[in-house]
Amino acid sequence: MQLPPAVPARLAGASGAAEPLAVERDPRAGSAPFLFAARRLHFPRDHAFFEEGDVQRHLYLQDVLAQVTECPERPRVPEFACQVAGCCRVFDTLGDYEHHYHVLHDNVCSFCKRAFPSGQLLDTHILEWHDALFQLLAQRQDMYQCLVEGCTEKFRTSGDRREHLVRSHLYPPDFRFDRPRKGRGPATALQSAEAPVEAGEEAEGDAMEVCPEPSASRRTPGHRVPPAVCFGQGASRGFKSSKRTGKRQ
Amino acid sequence: MWSRRQGLLRSAGCGVEELRRRRREREAALRKARREQQLVSKRLLRDETPEEAEGECVAAILGEAEMSNLSSGGAVVSYIIQQFLRLAHRGTEEKERERALFSLRRGLQHSETQKTFIRLEGSMRTLVGLLTSNQALLQLEAARCLHELSHSEHSVVAEACLPATSYLLTYLSGHSSEFIELCLYTLGNLIVESEVVRRQLLPQGIIPAMAACMQSPHLPVLEALGYALSQLLQAKEAPENIIPSVLGSTLPQHMLQLLQPGPKLNPGIAVEFAWCLHYIICSQVNNALLITHGALSTLGLLLLDLAGAVQRTENAGLELLACPVLRCLSNLLTEAAVETIDGQMQHGDERILAALFILLQFFFEKQPSLLPEGLWLLNNLTANSPSFCTSLLSLDLTEPLLKLLPVSNVVSVLVLTVLCNVAEKGPAYCQHLWPGPLLSSLLDMLALSDTEVVGQSLELLQLLFLYRPEAGHAFMQQSGLQALERHKEEAQLQDRVHALQQKALHG
Repeated sequence: MQLPPAVPARLAGASGAAEPLAVERDPRAGSAPFLFAARRLHFPRDHAFFEEGDVQRHLYLQDVLAQVTECPERPRVPEFACQVAGCCRVFDTLGDYEHHYHVLHDNVCSFCKRAFPSGQLLDTHILEWHDALFQLLAQRQDMYQCLVEGCTEKFRTSGDRREHLVRSHLYPPDFRFDRPRKGRGPATALQSAEAPVEAGEEAEGDAMEVCPEPSASRRTPGHRVPPAVCFGQGASRGFKSSKRTGKRQ
Repeated sequence: MWSRRQGLLRSAGCGVEELRRRRREREAALRKARREQQLVSKRLLRDETPEEAEGECVAAILGEAEMSNLSSGGAVVSYIIQQFLRLAHRGTEEKERERALFSLRRGLQHSETQKTFIRLEGSMRTLVGLLTSNQALLQLEAARCLHELSHSEHSVVAEACLPATSYLLTYLSGHSSEFIELCLYTLGNLIVESEVVRRQLLPQGIIPAMAACMQSPHLPVLEALGYALSQLLQAKEAPENIIPSVLGSTLPQHMLQLLQPGPKLNPGIAVEFAWCLHYIICSQVNNALLITHGALSTLGLLLLDLAGAVQRTENAGLELLACPVLRCLSNLLTEAAVETIDGQMQHGDERILAALFILLQFFFEKQPSLLPEGLWLLNNLTANSPSFCTSLLSLDLTEPLLKLLPVSNVVSVLVLTVLCNVAEKGPAYCQHLWPGPLLSSLLDMLALSDTEVVGQSLELLQLLFLYRPEAGHAFMQQSGLQALERHKEEAQLQDRVHALQQKALHG
């Protein structure tokens, strides 16, 4: 199928249409028994016409398979350490380091050092846990914002918000990024700010892990922690236990 | 970008013949699935890290345990999984925990292990706990475990991942690109699994989460997002439940931005979003909205760009992008809203036609099965456009078009239909159709037995005889009447055959 040289040349040329030849139809054209009428065709999604192209598409999807023997975008590099003060974790891939950084050192609350998966959740946390004005306003109006992106509902209490998340958004009832703040006001907030948790600490006691049974040995000795409790101000945080030597290598 | 995909097609240690055989098998399976409207494909991200030695051990142990015919085989696997989980969850040394989870992940590459895992009480709960722990590498490994599970072809395994979805969505607004990419592919796999999954994901806010994710500057994230979105849009219930919300979000504008041709166009990303657009457009929910966002213009420019790529022979995998673009353009042209906008399509920009033929030539050489899609666009361009029909003639495209006739019956019918589009516009057009190779091609078509092909040939002959009587005479001289005789008994053809014979004989 050879194309005339004018064709590629035309592609490279300026935009422009041909001056159309005169259209002159005879009423006998396409009249019975003939059927032809020029018309644009539409095909709906499941039409058999699309079979070939769909099969090609799915072959493409399926070819991204486990047979890859090396993934060039995740190269190994010589070991290096996280540069954040107090964190000595070492890495040998950039991806691992990036993720570590974002989990532990990014979106960290400067009051209580908890880390959050996103800036949005951090902002919400600071507002709800560390903002005295918020506490005041919350007594009079609905201040607790729904956590789902795109939902603008607000609630009077975090409990109401929790119920909304479960009922309207089908969230799990123990959604870990929605811990209600235990404590009664600004005084407690100040108290938590004093608790010296270093940046980069992997605050284990944070209500991020669900243990089917509490592992008492890692918390403050002798202190059995019920599983459903949220670790609000004053509760024991996962301070560096003497057993966790693995990090300091 | 394309070279990455090419690399992945080769599997280690497989001969060429074996690969071809596998590909044929998969193609056959896909075709069958499509006919049954059960076309489901998932993507798997797996990088084989050098910590293979340990992983191999694990896989071997688990494999043996599974293979063992003893009823205790399953119990052994359960035990091993539980050990890994316990170590990952409760271990004191960070590296030890990560290794345990890594081993578990290796085990979860096997279907039987997956099934055993989900049947273990508390296993998913523990995994979700690890997914949400603030130990980064544990989180990453847990996400990889989940990803393996999401890829399962057994619904029960994929659906067992449902407790994790709210977290996967939450993590989409983070910043760790590798992690987000993983979450997106996992979500994409889960989405395509069943309506049950989608009925949970939609209220959990997957569409706004995806819309927000479009802001990511990371290319792998965007490609993963396109994949996940395409899976969502492919769902059976999409036209009613999903597409309206998608159209109401900022997704369409961003999608079109990612399809703008130019140096920033990333083929891998463009492919995914082109397919997203196709699923939206062919559902005909609100294509007028897309047109106001400039879809026709963007896609038209992209078509030109694709043709340019063909000419520069940068065309590895190009048909993967060309196909959905052609479909989108063709379907959009059927919208009434098209008439009211300004643009190359409306004004018959000749470059569009040139680009399309360059693509047709490319398909002819590399992927003939996609010729119908290109010809479909050609039909939609020429049907109501004297301008495009004139260009087709002035650029001498009739002959290349005729060269496509022998490819298949479907192609023949489309080629003939396009030529009918040209011929029906009157004598000025038919003057350029004959003298020329058209008549002998038509006579060749009459020698075939496919009713649709012959029928379309008869239609074209009628137009030709009407507007160019000399062609009728030439037809007679080339034994046209005998060619017609062949079909005079065929029910769908006989009336037209008779009419043509009369016309040829009596003028």
